[in-house]
Amino acid sequence: MLARLLTLIRKELLLALRDPQSRRLLILPVLLQLLLFPFAATLEVRNATLAILDNDRGAEAQELVKRLAAARAFPTVHLVTDQAALTRTIDEQQSLVGVEFPADFSRRLAQGESAPLLAIVDGRRSNSAQIALGYVQSIVQDYADERTRAAGGEVPSRIVLRNRYNPNLEYRWFLLPSLVAIITTIGSLVVTALSIAREREQGTFEQLLVSPLTPALIMLGKTVPALLIAFGQALVIALAAIFVYRVPFTGSLPALGVCMILYALSLAGFGLFISSICSTQQQAFLGVFTFMVPAIMLSGFVAPVENMPAFFRGIAWVDPLSHFIVILKGVFLKSYGLALAWPNMWPLLLTTGLTVSLAYWMFRRQLA
Amino acid sequence: MSVAVELTRVTHRFPGVEAPALDDVSASVPAGVITGLVGPDGAGKTTLMRLMAGLLKASAGTIRSLGLDPIGEGAQLRARLGYMPQKFGLYEDLTVGENLELYADLRDITGEARSASFARLLAFTKLRPFTSRPAGKLSGGMKQKLGLACVLLGNPELLLLDEPSVGVDPISRRELWRMVNELAAGGMPVVWSTSYLDEAERCPHILLMSGGKLLYAGAPQELTGRMSGRSVQIGSISGNRRTLLQRALNAAEVMDGVIQGSRIRLVLRDAAWAPDLAALDAGPEAWLRPAEPRLEDAFIDILGGGPGGESELARLMTPVVLPEARRAAVIEAVNLTKRFGDFVAAAGVGFRVPQGEIFGLLGPNGAGKSTTFRMVCGLLPPSGGHASVLGIDLRTHAAAARQRLGYMAQKFSLYGNLTVEQNLRFFAGAYGLSGARQAAKIAEMLETFALTPHRAAPADELALGFKQRLALACALMHDPAVLFLDEPTSGVDPVTRREFWTHINGLVQKGVTVMVTTHFMDEAEYCDRIGLVNRGRLIATGTPDELKQAAGRDGHEAATMEEAFIALIERSGGEDEGRAVA
Repeated sequence: MLARLLTLIRKELLLALRDPQSRRLLILPVLLQLLLFPFAATLEVRNATLAILDNDRGAEAQELVKRLAAARAFPTVHLVTDQAALTRTIDEQQSLVGVEFPADFSRRLAQGESAPLLAIVDGRRSNSAQIALGYVQSIVQDYADERTRAAGGEVPSRIVLRNRYNPNLEYRWFLLPSLVAIITTIGSLVVTALSIAREREQGTFEQLLVSPLTPALIMLGKTVPALLIAFGQALVIALAAIFVYRVPFTGSLPALGVCMILYALSLAGFGLFISSICSTQQQAFLGVFTFMVPAIMLSGFVAPVENMPAFFRGIAWVDPLSHFIVILKGVFLKSYGLALAWPNMWPLLLTTGLTVSLAYWMFRRQLA
Repeated sequence: MSVAVELTRVTHRFPGVEAPALDDVSASVPAGVITGLVGPDGAGKTTLMRLMAGLLKASAGTIRSLGLDPIGEGAQLRARLGYMPQKFGLYEDLTVGENLELYADLRDITGEARSASFARLLAFTKLRPFTSRPAGKLSGGMKQKLGLACVLLGNPELLLLDEPSVGVDPISRRELWRMVNELAAGGMPVVWSTSYLDEAERCPHILLMSGGKLLYAGAPQELTGRMSGRSVQIGSISGNRRTLLQRALNAAEVMDGVIQGSRIRLVLRDAAWAPDLAALDAGPEAWLRPAEPRLEDAFIDILGGGPGGESELARLMTPVVLPEARRAAVIEAVNLTKRFGDFVAAAGVGFRVPQGEIFGLLGPNGAGKSTTFRMVCGLLPPSGGHASVLGIDLRTHAAAARQRLGYMAQKFSLYGNLTVEQNLRFFAGAYGLSGARQAAKIAEMLETFALTPHRAAPADELALGFKQRLALACALMHDPAVLFLDEPTSGVDPVTRREFWTHINGLVQKGVTVMVTTHFMDEAEYCDRIGLVNRGRLIATGTPDELKQAAGRDGHEAATMEEAFIALIERSGGEDEGRAVA
């Protein structure tokens, strides 16, 4: 039995790695995403443009303009001279945020009155604009506090921010662990769903079915290689995250290993299930996408699961990706061991059991 | 005769392939007749046809189709040309009518001309009753007719048909042939490519190809005429006709031989050398008489003769020993029934195959032949009845039965990306061979099938004949007692087919039981018994001779297996054209 399983595994790995096309499909996404994602999918606002309309031109306004212009988040600052120009720069998306100083800004400050500022934000790019506005607000607040102190006044209580687990809010710390999960997803599904569909197309699947190999063994022969390949891919990304992108690894390595296997297994379950209802590679490909896109959307990678309506939270609970991302972030950033990961491990086990038995039942049904 | 297509010294090479796909071919296609483009798969038929249609640019040489340069004047040529590729682009979810509409739109045929051509073509192809049926639900033969109708919409002046009869049973083949013949008689030049030599024989003009080379151009009768007196038949054989064939093939004067029912048919190296029946030990009653030469004889003659009679494979194989009680019914089907929804694909099919017999399953497309075959080898669960192999029910003790069962499919289900050796190792491992036994078996197979020089080549890159050998080797790794062959020799050249049947004959003598499905009527002649399936039922069972007799009229038996096939199917109510291909 074991010898036959080894034969199947060997064949599967040979097929996946010998064919240039499928080899590319397994290696290229890993490298590309590893190179692209951490740079391109940035959540910080770095290269934003700020427009300033200073109707006041007093010393205080000048000081504040200087500070805003010096901020790292705004490498380019447009100084505009009238209302129309300010509106236009926002309209034409040349600036993300516009700040207008009223003509009496300095005078009011000098008189000790509060001096409001007008900020115009591009709502079409709400997320980045909000973040940029946050930067503007904190610069203005700092300036106000300084003035209060200089005047010998007391600064009213302010919230002091400490970001646990990711003190500098490095977005890569958040992104790379999730990437481990997403890329493994592709690998696992390709090996299971697509490879069975290809065997069906080429007729080799029938050749397997008329051999003494049992359906269970054939399924196992697809699962183990998928596991190995997904594990390999995950390992590459995890190592790159730790050593290239310097994401701290605070948790337990064995726990990560166990969870990776568990996750790959649950994916193989989905892959086998997809392949059991598809007869061509094209169908399997669509099936994989039908699974993968919602799986990623609902995983918490794009938007927090807690913010979703109850119905989608329910689906997210079945989504193996949502659990694995929690585990990965935990293992990387929050010193997770097996015990802490367990609440997210057993749902993985459950979905695995469900999908694998469903796939097995489908295969059996086609045969007997 | 005017010339429709003129080829002058045409050579074509595909990048990355060393051997040219076409090697210095000069020929012409006359108007007014069907020109048969004949040869096994890989001979260069499709390449040549695509060059004529301007879909490929020849590496060297000139082509004139309807007097036009197919590349330089492609647009003009395409307006006047009808080309039906092997897989014609019918939209399976559209109905017959919608497919026609679509192709009429593409050809810009509108108004009255449109309705007139629809009426004409639907009548011509007899597809009118099926106008509202989705193309995907048509039988293989009807699909080809619809494809032909779509091609004919533009009133082409030249018709190129690439293997129109592949996957089409003898009845639909005859129908298709009649239609195309009618077109040719009307003056349309037609090129019909085929790997069936019996079909080619009916063409008034053939271009015979092999390995990219044009072997012969002209009337097939002239070629078969060269073989005159060299084809003989031996009948009333006492003893085993397979061993007799083996002995005959080993005789110096015999170039080629096949089994024809209870007789054997030989082609001699020289008309003057008659084989000595006594020396061949054919039996006291045996007679020898001249047979009509066939195109296939001539082709094999050009290729240098058929293989010898010995199967190295069979020699090495250990004889299959079965318990006495098992021998009468190694394969057994009892009341096998398969329903897909309301559709009854097979109804109450029953037969027994004793040890050492070759049992052939024949029938029109969609008649239930594959369904029955798949149920018997355990690929499809029956809705009723049961099938057993070696007395083991495939539904309950599948693994045990499968260990003793070999299976070879039409598509030669090999792992194309894996090398010859990796394929062999995989199938050996799948059947539980390991270690030294595995290594020895692989070495033996490589040696027997002359695959050693190709051991490191990916299976996809093998020539068709070698692919077939590899597929057979993979199916036989575990010395099966029962062998299932699903259209095993489609498209391979006749020499390779001979070699294949030499192995099968050898295996049968070692006690292997064989079940085979085929569209080749020649191949059916190798069977000990044939089950003929039509409309989901087994309508006749018997030896090839018995079927020919049963099909005959007025005491004359049908001359060929094909005639017998057509007569018996028609007598059972004809082909059910409405049945979809399962």
